[in-house]
Amino acid sequence: MMEYASLLIVFAFAAFVAGLLIFLTSILGPRRKSEVKEQPFECGFDPITLPRGRFGVKFYLVAMLFIIFDVELVFLFPWAVVFKKLGAMGLLEMIAFLGIVVVGLVYAWKKGALEWE
Amino acid sequence: MNELFRIILSLVIVIGFVLINSLVLVWLERKVSARIQLRRGPLYVGWFGLLQTFADALKMLGKELIFPKNCDKVLYFLAPILSFAPVLGAFLVIPFGQHLVIQDLNIGLLLVFAFSGLSFIGIFMAGWASNNKYSLLGGMRSVAQNISYEIPLLLSSLNIVMMAKSFRLSDIVRAQAHVPFILLQPLAFIIFITSALAESNRTPFDIPEAESELVAGFHTEYSGLRFGIFFISEYTYVFISSCVATALFLGGSHGPFLSGWAWFLMKAYFVVFVVMWVRWTLPRLRSDQLITFAWKVLIPLSLFNIICTALALQLLKQ
Repeated sequence: MMEYASLLIVFAFAAFVAGLLIFLTSILGPRRKSEVKEQPFECGFDPITLPRGRFGVKFYLVAMLFIIFDVELVFLFPWAVVFKKLGAMGLLEMIAFLGIVVVGLVYAWKKGALEWE
Repeated sequence: MNELFRIILSLVIVIGFVLINSLVLVWLERKVSARIQLRRGPLYVGWFGLLQTFADALKMLGKELIFPKNCDKVLYFLAPILSFAPVLGAFLVIPFGQHLVIQDLNIGLLLVFAFSGLSFIGIFMAGWASNNKYSLLGGMRSVAQNISYEIPLLLSSLNIVMMAKSFRLSDIVRAQAHVPFILLQPLAFIIFITSALAESNRTPFDIPEAESELVAGFHTEYSGLRFGIFFISEYTYVFISSCVATALFLGGSHGPFLSGWAWFLMKAYFVVFVVMWVRWTLPRLRSDQLITFAWKVLIPLSLFNIICTALALQLLKQ
């Protein structure tokens, strides 16, 4: 249990150090506010469109494909550790599973989910 | 209580190492790039310009911190911290020597990947919170790229897990006492290094921060040491990836004559040097080429490699 508690300590400590560095800058740095300085940077002229508008739907497709493949990876991890004990049967089953994964990838490919125009 | 004290002491050492290491890496990168472009690089501050990056860091400490107009204040504040903390967490499980590891967890390899996955949440938060369309686009691309390359990264390291039969990084290093895995798994090594380059947003995969089109991407609106923390975490991530590549493929701390940690650091810094070499040799790819390369080339190749490894191991056993 202690092994995993150390993870929390690491996180708290790292966040503390990063916060400390930022705090130091805010003390040492100057503070001169101005209208122009606070504008979002856009190569010098006023922003034309709102930044949080539309963006390509392809990003969603990539994210969905990623979730599917990541879940399949989760099945592969425990298999990889014990696969020598499982013998030939375990190997055959995993080849069948990977075959289904590959069929899915080929389907997504043929449907054009991987093309970016 | 003793255990707690040991962890905190090693954390202080790790923090010091991370800060100094990233400054030295920035100096090294500038020197390497200068050599490749027939320049001399930083020269005047300190011995061979070694103190140049320290001076830069001090200058950054005295700069103003700006909150851009209409930005999401909480996320804007948290983003650099959230991209820095997980990178530090990955140091927990890396075996620098035979017994030189802070926490030798039995899921060490998974933990490194989990932490590297967390750090791009910080990058996306920065892109979203900045209220700047370049930043948002950079954050979007960063997430799309990182999740695409995460799969070949995990699949190629799975070959090593199959051969070492463990996720514990020190077990994996021990399994390479006679032959480093790079000789047995050259294809997996190439896939791993390519994906690790993409995961750490380095050229030729630096689409999220492409200077010429996105004006630095997700950290456009960050100033002072807030920007510096993004920089530190990027360079530390490169170092962590090199350490993992060393432990998985290059035989970790095994080597003749010198002690284990010296071999480990030499191998890790050599991988870092190769990463810099690649950066200053290859041009940047286009965003769509990059993501289709992951899905159409790297993932089929690594699935093929896994099946080959499984068949070979099964045949050798009989």
